[in-house]
Amino acid sequence: MARTRFVGDAGLTARMTLVMFLLGGLFVALVVVLMSLFWSAGGVGIAVLIGVGGLGLVWFQWYKSDTVAMKAMGAREVSPEQAPELHTMIDRLCALADMPKPRVGIADTDLPNAFATGRSPQRSVVVVTTGILKRLNAEELEGVLAHELSHVAHRDVLVMTFASSAGILAGMLTRGAQYGAIFGGGRRDNNNGGLPIWLVVLLVSLVTYAVSFVLLKLLSRYRELSADRAGAYLTMKPEALASALQKITGEINTIPDRDLRASQAMNAFFIAPAVRGVSLRTLTSTHPTLEQRLEQLAKVRAELDRTA
Amino acid sequence: MGFWDVIAGRSRPKAPQLDSLFAVPSAAITLETTLGLRPTGSGSVCYRAASGQAFRQVQAEVVELLNADPDEPDVEVSQDEFGFSWLVVHGDPDDPAALCTDLHAVNTSLEEHEFGSGLLCSLIPFVGADGRRVGLVYLYKRGTFYCFAPQPGLGAGEKQRDNLLELQLRDTLAGELPMEQDLGRWLAIWGAPGL
Repeated sequence: MARTRFVGDAGLTARMTLVMFLLGGLFVALVVVLMSLFWSAGGVGIAVLIGVGGLGLVWFQWYKSDTVAMKAMGAREVSPEQAPELHTMIDRLCALADMPKPRVGIADTDLPNAFATGRSPQRSVVVVTTGILKRLNAEELEGVLAHELSHVAHRDVLVMTFASSAGILAGMLTRGAQYGAIFGGGRRDNNNGGLPIWLVVLLVSLVTYAVSFVLLKLLSRYRELSADRAGAYLTMKPEALASALQKITGEINTIPDRDLRASQAMNAFFIAPAVRGVSLRTLTSTHPTLEQRLEQLAKVRAELDRTA
Repeated sequence: MGFWDVIAGRSRPKAPQLDSLFAVPSAAITLETTLGLRPTGSGSVCYRAASGQAFRQVQAEVVELLNADPDEPDVEVSQDEFGFSWLVVHGDPDDPAALCTDLHAVNTSLEEHEFGSGLLCSLIPFVGADGRRVGLVYLYKRGTFYCFAPQPGLGAGEKQRDNLLELQLRDTLAGELPMEQDLGRWLAIWGAPGL
């Protein structure tokens, strides 16, 4: 066979790599600018201290991700005896993907949601809410679990924490510069005639924070699409994940359920969809729109459907 | 997963390993001589059927191929409650080699059409003189075997494994088959065909 069924999405990979490169560049640029600033001001010790503190925070976030996230969601770990169906489903998916089985947790909330976290595939946990268990049937739940297991396999917690280090550092600096403004503002600054150093740091870190915020959200959306794709290939049922997404996103599908003939009379009153493409909402959202995700799943399905 | 796959957020479907299945006939002789367990003559392949016409076509081809031989009895396909398909091959209890060839034909057909990543496990049930059933399970993704022995004489709803027998079987077969060392991977397959 000339072409494999399990094609990667080259465009997605290229866009994702570019975003990660930019985030890395942002981090380096921030460090370089700060070092030179503090160097000229003679406060290298403080700069190193801030840097080490910021990276320590990044490391802690990643290292403790499983316990922190589970506490935040009020989730408890469940044993195979407490949730046999859920465990068996994950067992089989892990056997298909040949990956270590993560711990399984359930959060008692009606909000339909699921997440995976943990510092490595060996130390990860997959959590589902009681709301999602109630709303989805077995096939749809399996699709969602495969998506979460793909996050684990792709080490998304590690990647996203790394990617957010520039933002975290910038956030700390903004705070630090504010203190600098309060305590150091009254003194005469020794950098001859220019802007006070705390103001420069504040500006630099605010800009860094804003840029890294937008890039991070973009990266997160790409990682979600990747997990959708890998999950659909794992279960080989892209339509199960699609119907699960339709149920839990709560977004109204662009493809209407209404009969065409029934809506004829109303058509005149419908307002055309607003300008498509970039909006504030699509820029800051951590997940791609339902439409994008369904479109990609349809491609996966076509690929599986292709007869040799 | 390699570093680049992590960066690109991409997991490649895991290809199955098929070769070890051919070691089953000699293991069957060992089981019969040491523990009195005989093959039941049937065997099955458990896989995830992909949605769509392409897979249905492949599956129909496989069933047709195996049923075409007049000497070989029937092949049937069933669904379990986890959404996996079981393709059951019925053969001659005295000829486990032919059974393995048939099972292998199923694998290679699926692999040829690139559905190999959907293969979960193969099951070859054995029966003792007292009628108790033990399944020899082959995990495609690991390329290893383990035994699944349901406790006999339990009620309909009760599910209990005879872990001691399973461990004993692992030690008996260790010389002939690659046995799964990680006990956490010894998944139960309740209600599998032939058990």
